[in-house]
Amino acid sequence: MQYLLMLYASEGGWNQLSPAEQQAGIAAYTAYTEALAKAGALVGANRLQDSDTATTVRLVDGKPVVQDGPYAEAREQIGGYYLIEAPDLDAALAWAARCPGASHGTIEVRPVWHK
Amino acid sequence: MAQVADAGNAARATAETVAARSYGRLVAFLAVRTHDVAAAEDALSDAFATALAEWPRSGCPANPEAWLLTVARRRLVDGVRRRQVGEAVLGELQQLAEHVVDAPDEAPIPDQRLALLFACAHPAIDAAVRAPLMLQTVLGLDAKRIAAAFLTSPAAMGKRLGRAKQKIREAGVPLRVPERAELPARLDAVLAAIYAAFTDGWCGGDASRHELAEEAIFLARIVVELLPDDAEAPGLLACMLYAHARRAARRSAGGDYVPLHAQDVARWDSAMIGEAEALLRHASTLRRIGRFQLEAALQSAHVERRRHGRDNATAILQLHDALAMLAPSPVAAINRALALADVHGAAAGLGALPDPRIDARIAGYQPYWATRADLLARSGAAAEARAAYETAIALETDEAVRRFLRGRRAAPGT
Repeated sequence: MQYLLMLYASEGGWNQLSPAEQQAGIAAYTAYTEALAKAGALVGANRLQDSDTATTVRLVDGKPVVQDGPYAEAREQIGGYYLIEAPDLDAALAWAARCPGASHGTIEVRPVWHK
Repeated sequence: MAQVADAGNAARATAETVAARSYGRLVAFLAVRTHDVAAAEDALSDAFATALAEWPRSGCPANPEAWLLTVARRRLVDGVRRRQVGEAVLGELQQLAEHVVDAPDEAPIPDQRLALLFACAHPAIDAAVRAPLMLQTVLGLDAKRIAAAFLTSPAAMGKRLGRAKQKIREAGVPLRVPERAELPARLDAVLAAIYAAFTDGWCGGDASRHELAEEAIFLARIVVELLPDDAEAPGLLACMLYAHARRAARRSAGGDYVPLHAQDVARWDSAMIGEAEALLRHASTLRRIGRFQLEAALQSAHVERRRHGRDNATAILQLHDALAMLAPSPVAAINRALALADVHGAAAGLGALPDPRIDARIAGYQPYWATRADLLARSGAAAEARAAYETAIALETDEAVRRFLRGRRAAPGT
C-alpha cells in the first residue's frame, strides 16, 4: 500500500534555529530520506514553501475564485510530505515515527486511494 | 410435514451451536487475509443463511464450520468479482485463491481471533469503539445489543462500528499479533477494551448489561488461551471472575444494593472464586506484575477479609499504593484514599482524595462523591457528608444504588 505522510509543524520554527541547528536538521532529513530509499519504501518527497505562499482556488458559478492564503488558517501548517510504500499501517506508522518531523511537529498518515 | 419441521429445527440448532462456538474464529480466519472485516462478516452471514436453506434438505454436514467457510469464501470471491473489473481484480482473486488452497476443508481452522482482537484495539482505532468492535467481530453480538450496553442508539453504534471496520480495511490496519517488543503495550489496549466491556456490563442494573460481563469474560478466556505466557491476561480474567462471582450477592432479595462488607458470603460463587485464585497464582509465577494482577490481588484480599475475617487493611493499602503508581488514574486514587482511611483514619483518606477542581472528570463521577461523603461522615462532618451524598445520588443512574445512598445520607457514619 501507499501512504502519504504529511508533515505538520508550526511555521517560522525553522527560521528561529541557529545555522548549526538548521544544518543538523537538514542532515537528519537527508538521512531519513536515504533510509527510506534504501528500504525501497520511498515513492516521493518534497519540502513545501511556507503557507504565506499558498493560494486557494475553487469554482463559484463556474468561475475560478482565487484567494491568497492556505486552505485553513492554523498555527501548524503542512510543510512537506513523503509518499511511501509500506505493507500495512503499522509499517507506515513506524516510518512516520522515525521521521525528523515527528519530533518538532505532527505527522498525519493517510492511505492512498487504491481502487 | 413433521419431518420437514424437524429437519429445519435441527439445521437451526446446528447453525446456532456453530455460531456460538466458532463465529469469531470464522470471521477472523476470513478477515486476516483480506483485511476486510465487514466483508468477512457479510460473507459469513450469507453462508449461515445458505446453511439454513440447504441443511434441512441435504442434512447437516459432518463438519459445519468447514462447510460454512467454503460457502463464505466463495461469497468473498464473488464479491471481489462484482466489485472490480480488469487488472486490479486479478491480484486480489489470486490472493483469495491461495487463501482457499492453503486451508483445506479437513484441516482445523487456524485460530486468528487474537490477530482480530489486536486489530480491534489498534492505537489507530478510536478507543471508545474498541470494545464494541471486539464484541461484534469476535463474538458476533449485534449492534443493537452492543448499543444498549454502551448507552447509545443502535444507529449511532452501527455507524461507529462501520467506520472502524472501514478504517481497518482502507488504512491497512494489520490483522496480526504484534512482535514481541511491542506486544505488552498493544496487549494493554486489548485488555483495557475487554475490561471496559466488562465494567459496562457489570455496573448497569438491567439484565442485558449483565450478559455483557459474561461476553467480556469469554473474550478474556480467548486471550488467556492464545497467549499462555502472558501474566496480565490471566490477571484480568481473575479480576473479572472475582467481581462476577459476587454478582448474586450485590442485590438483596428486595433488589437493594448490598455493599461488599455487608454481602452474604454464602451467595458468592465459590467455584468461580476458586478459578480466579488459581489464575492469579499462575500469573504470579510468571513474575511480571501488572495493573490487572494488582486489581485481582485486591479482589482476592477483600474476599479473604470477608470470608475469614482477617484484618488485612495494611496489605490492601500496599496494593492500592502499587496500583496508583503503576496505573495512576482518578479511580485508583479514590480507591486508595478509602484504603488509606481504613489504616490511618478518615482525615488521612480525605486528604488523599483527588481534587475535582483540578480534574473535571472526578466532579461527575458518583463513586468520588459517595467516597467523600463516607469519609466526611466518618470524620464527624455530618452536614458536609449529607451534601456530598446529595451529589452522589444525583449522579447515580441505578435506582438500587440510589436507594442505598439515600439510606446512607439519612444515617451517615453508620
